[in-house]
Amino acid sequence: METIIEKSLEEAFEEKIANEVRIEPKDWMPEQYRKTLVRQISQHAHSEIVGMLPEGNWITRAPSLKRKAILLSKVQDEAGHGLYLYSAAETLGTSRDQMIADLHSGKAKYSSIFNYPTLSWADIGAIGWLVDGAAIMNQVPLIRTSYGPYARAMVRVCKEESFHQRQGFEIMMTLCNGAPAQKKMAQEAFNRWWWPTLMMFGPKDEESPNTEQSMRWKIKRFTNDELRQRFVDMMVPQAEFLGLTVPDKDLKWNEAKNGYDFGDVDWEEFWNVVKGNGPCNKDRISTRVKAHEEGAWVREAALAHAQKRAQREAEKQGS
Amino acid sequence: MSQQKEWPLWEVFIRSKQGLDHKHVGSLHAADAEMAIQNARDVYTRRMEGVSIWVVESRNVHASNPDEAAAFFDPANDKVYRHPTFYEVPAEIKNM
Ligand SMILES: [Fe+2]
Ligand SMILES: [Fe+2]
Ligand SMILES: [Fe+2]
Repeated sequence: METIIEKSLEEAFEEKIANEVRIEPKDWMPEQYRKTLVRQISQHAHSEIVGMLPEGNWITRAPSLKRKAILLSKVQDEAGHGLYLYSAAETLGTSRDQMIADLHSGKAKYSSIFNYPTLSWADIGAIGWLVDGAAIMNQVPLIRTSYGPYARAMVRVCKEESFHQRQGFEIMMTLCNGAPAQKKMAQEAFNRWWWPTLMMFGPKDEESPNTEQSMRWKIKRFTNDELRQRFVDMMVPQAEFLGLTVPDKDLKWNEAKNGYDFGDVDWEEFWNVVKGNGPCNKDRISTRVKAHEEGAWVREAALAHAQKRAQREAEKQGS
Repeated sequence: MSQQKEWPLWEVFIRSKQGLDHKHVGSLHAADAEMAIQNARDVYTRRMEGVSIWVVESRNVHASNPDEAAAFFDPANDKVYRHPTFYEVPAEIKNM
């Protein structure tokens, strides 16, 4: 009988990948697979956490108590998503402190979309509808990603994500059905967020060197361009329903490919924001660092309290 | 006091409703068990996913070694007679 032990570890790993068997934390895996996952999962976690900032900015200014409660709830969910993902990354041997240090030092990246400002309430609608919509497009295939803890985290995330998109769409719908000034707000927010949202799917396939290996390892299931195309095909009819104009003069239905042709993303802007020169990069990181530093005494006090209590408990039982 | 700065890691188990087992749902950091349970409530049961929570400090979980899984689980490998389908039951015999 042939057993896994008789094969090399690498072969056993490749065989699991080929047979759609999930890789679990204590399983042997190639160093590069581990590194790729740590980078991708921690980057995803950071995006959830930094993603709270542009929206959190509007919680106190939401136009009604209902909207405020909904937005608060959404932002809370994003904190949860960050946490599920940090936990998944930690199973690969990195630590929470290390990941947070890398975010704060700028070594680790997060989705560039969160480096754009939220100028009006309509931006909150546009973010939920477009940005969470794109996140869903990216995340649903990750439910089948080859690393078990990441896949399981994605199940939870995706379950919670659809309310995010719907509440955003509802905000947009309300504005679009409102006064001309409200409709204008919605269109302007749409104009601001459309292109940065298309950038969320990452560079073009031919400029994404990691994609091929990630696809082979079944970390990724679709390429950046495939997902971007799907997203455009899904969103254009929704924009039409809202009576909004997609800010792309090259957008055209292509019967032959059964999808839309659309203009090229401004890749110079994309790389510029990735490199740290977007409108809000510095502000986002300094806000994060400030929150982390100002919370340090709470974390230390909680730990000291727990240790003291454990010690007293031990003294009572011992002796 | 020790130099440890990061809160310890806890594994979280949730019973989704009465009558079902607690099931592992993920992990989180907390200073002590009480905080771990409160954080688990906020993180893993925001939509009433649970009626009961267990937390176990991760360092207290002992696990079998996946590299030895084949040998470790081998004793069960060739014992098909432990399954009812191994036995042939005449068609005349009902309810067995
Ligand atoms: Fe999220
Ligand atoms: Fe997300
Ligand atoms: Fe979301």
